[in-house]
Amino acid sequence: MAIAKEVRTKIQSIKNTQKITRAMEMVAASKMRKAQERMQRAKPYAKKILQVISHLAKAHSECHHPYLVSRPIQRVGYIVVTTDRGLCGGLNTNLLKTVINNMKEWKNKNAEISICLVGGKGGAFFKRIGGKVLGHVEHLGDAPQVTDFIGVVKIMLDAYLENRIDTLFLCSNEFINTMSQQPTIQQMLPVVPSEDVKLQHHWDYLYEPDNARVLLDQLLTRYIEAQVYRGVIENIASEQAARMVAMKSATDNAAELISDLQLIYNKARQSAITQELTEIVAGAAVV
Amino acid sequence: MMTPTMRLDIVSAEKEIFSGEVEAVAVAGVLGELGIYPGHAPLLTALKPGNIKAILADKHEEVFYVSSGMLEVQPFIVTVLADTALRAADIDEAAALEAKETAEKKLAIQQDQMDFAKATAELAEAIAQIRAIQKMKERLKK
Repeated sequence: MAIAKEVRTKIQSIKNTQKITRAMEMVAASKMRKAQERMQRAKPYAKKILQVISHLAKAHSECHHPYLVSRPIQRVGYIVVTTDRGLCGGLNTNLLKTVINNMKEWKNKNAEISICLVGGKGGAFFKRIGGKVLGHVEHLGDAPQVTDFIGVVKIMLDAYLENRIDTLFLCSNEFINTMSQQPTIQQMLPVVPSEDVKLQHHWDYLYEPDNARVLLDQLLTRYIEAQVYRGVIENIASEQAARMVAMKSATDNAAELISDLQLIYNKARQSAITQELTEIVAGAAVV
Repeated sequence: MMTPTMRLDIVSAEKEIFSGEVEAVAVAGVLGELGIYPGHAPLLTALKPGNIKAILADKHEEVFYVSSGMLEVQPFIVTVLADTALRAADIDEAAALEAKETAEKKLAIQQDQMDFAKATAELAEAIAQIRAIQKMKERLKK
């Protein structure tokens, strides 16, 4: 009977774990939906601001804003977006691997590397392996705001203006669908204005204040912040999707384990009963 | 005759605040109040914190508050790129400092040189672990 009891406690503890993973799966599913909605809501702004920037950049080809001009690359900046929490499969690992490979390529070209981090997991990683981390923001929660990233973006923009970096990349996970998330490295600086905005005839805005440069500066800063915001929101959607899948397979595994253990338990119980019966019968025969 | 209308979009980085046909818009630009009617010349300006008053196609008036942002005007399209929070150079500076401090606190003992070998090894290990879990899962299924 001793084995049966042991197995029973084991089954109970696995059942408890299964309850937790199932709850986490459902929470992740609803959070993922919300994150996807947020992704959708952020789209009009990004589209509009890019349109305006493209107009401005074309109307003012003589005004070379540093954010729009590419220069020889000797120093590279990265904004690396990771999750704050774990239990989301290989999401962070895959992203960091892509990032490290990319950094290695630049390193081989003798480029200097600076990093800004968004999210807690990246912090632990770069602390262990080293690297020049200029800024870090974490504990963003499920619904971060653009204001949360002003700091890290400003650090990188200042570094760019002061020639401490020559290009800036945003590394985050692209949300393809619930089952797949793709690590991506996207160029933020210099900004590449979209080509599809066609200027039929040459026209220009009236400017208030009368300085296109100041307005362009403000617009480009907002644009980059919006891009980082989009990256982070998409990363959150990816995180929740990955967590949902990981938790689903954990729940399935627990069910699998329980059914195996149940079989062992039944066998143990049956053999205990058989043994008891044999003993009774043997005892009766003696009498 | 119908009064001409134009399209007004008010968007912030986080959501679309308003989108629809309007007859006129009144906003507070950095250099003064602006009243915009359909057919206005292309204009680009920064906004002061204040209200945006729109007269909708059905003569109703709607008021939105923006803390700051940009206004883009094209003859029949008006776009407000609203900021979600008050922005000023010193506030931005403070945010940057905070992010820097977080980084410095987190990475107190930190060498500048990156150890790629260590990183690769560490990541390979994590990936191997994930693969092992997946394999185990497959074996369980059989």
